[in-house]
Amino acid sequence: MIDYTFSSGEELLTICREAQIPISEAAVRMELEREEMDRDGIMNEMRINLEVMRESIREGLEEQQISITGLMGEDADKLMAYTDNAVMGREMTRIVASAMAVTEVNASMGRIVAAPTAGASGILPAVLIQYGDAHDLSEEQLIAGLCNAGAIGMIIAHNASIAGASGGCQAETGSAAAMAASALTELRGGTPLMCLHAAAIALKNVMGLVCDPVAGLVECPCIKRNAIGAANAVLCSDMVMAGIESIIPFDEVVTSMRNVGRMMNPDLRETARGGLAATPTAQRIAAKIRSFE
Amino acid sequence: MSISLFDIIGPRMIGPSSSHTAGAVRIGLVANRLVNGRVKAARVTLYGSFAETGRGHGTDTAIVAGILGVNPDQGTIRYAKLLAKEADVDIPVFFSSEEPEHPNTARVYVQGEDGKEYTYIGTSIGGGRIRVTSINGMEVSFTGEYPTLIVFYQDVPGVISKVSSILALEKINVAFMKVFRSERRQGACMVIETDTPVDEATRRRIVNNVDGIREACTL
Repeated sequence: MIDYTFSSGEELLTICREAQIPISEAAVRMELEREEMDRDGIMNEMRINLEVMRESIREGLEEQQISITGLMGEDADKLMAYTDNAVMGREMTRIVASAMAVTEVNASMGRIVAAPTAGASGILPAVLIQYGDAHDLSEEQLIAGLCNAGAIGMIIAHNASIAGASGGCQAETGSAAAMAASALTELRGGTPLMCLHAAAIALKNVMGLVCDPVAGLVECPCIKRNAIGAANAVLCSDMVMAGIESIIPFDEVVTSMRNVGRMMNPDLRETARGGLAATPTAQRIAAKIRSFE
Repeated sequence: MSISLFDIIGPRMIGPSSSHTAGAVRIGLVANRLVNGRVKAARVTLYGSFAETGRGHGTDTAIVAGILGVNPDQGTIRYAKLLAKEADVDIPVFFSSEEPEHPNTARVYVQGEDGKEYTYIGTSIGGGRIRVTSINGMEVSFTGEYPTLIVFYQDVPGVISKVSSILALEKINVAFMKVFRSERRQGACMVIETDTPVDEATRRRIVNNVDGIREACTL
């Protein structure tokens, strides 16, 4: 009997090797060991999450979104309309615009799936669903992608943090990018080790990124950070599929991300006191919002 | 690991923030349930982070939605002010600069169509969960996650056992029960969280048959 409980990348790799299963299946088997849901229950819950994710992309791209402050809401549409001219190409443009679309829906009190948080909710659905649509993946494959991403997120949450208040933006959009990079790599036939390389590189790329929301709101710079998070995920998966590896192993990257989060001044961890939130323009926006009645 | 796959992929929620949106809706829902969904008037004051970032997070809209009976996962939350206008219920929201004990705090006044009035303080304690810390001047503590019976009474011996025996007679199982009082032999309050809801007939039986009870409400 294999014990399917893992709390690090190394343990996850051992399970995948011994049971000859992908990361997505290891995640499902660990969830089964909690004895709260059976396999059908887990799959059904993930299917509903996938549907809500799909709907949030559709809503963000097709319906007009106006964030509560009125500062944001149209940027995803602008980028989407520019698809044919974009240097990053059609597929990447659709992915990035979708990540922004979901975050715009979140900022305008729409329905989203936290993945792993509401502030970073655009990255994973954008990467999985747009890639899936472009390559005719089945619903089951996309659900497996969500499970793979969940395993990576659980390890990060356990050994570091997924909350901006404790780890800065690296913990939110960085974790989401790592999750999406790993999931995308599995869907493209990458091995569990390659998935961890992709996740590690994604975290390394934004190591130390601060959480500095203007006026304390999940709008600026969060929506654009979801865009770069989705691009980060795709880039890292591409690098790994091309044979590139992370020099620093995943677990060590996660530990260093935790340490960097602890070194981060509290002004740079969601308090809206430092970084972009402290700029004169941000202060003007904050004062304007305070004057709304 | 103590976390679940669904702590990472999920929850499904209304943006932008679980404590400022879902938590605020749940604080508002307490008012709706106190008056059995028949809200005549209400008034909200936001404190701390609720007051500071509440406008941008839609906390004011979310709490009004809850008062009108909208649930935390419903997409109609964002139209709450329109819903209030349609229902012809005036719900002003004030932003206070007073420092509260808990950063995410709201004080809610609600009046039912039957004229009954309640004022309570609710706090959003993270992940969309809430705690009510005061109701009609009595310090209390409950979450609203269970059906809850709140009984205001004179602090004299025997009241608690009489109330619990009526509940037992109706086969209503008590999950948690706490009593609070302002001073010995003065006004007191019991908060009883139950597995199944306390229906209106049982609530009336408690008010009419137990001496010393001033009022009882359910949510």
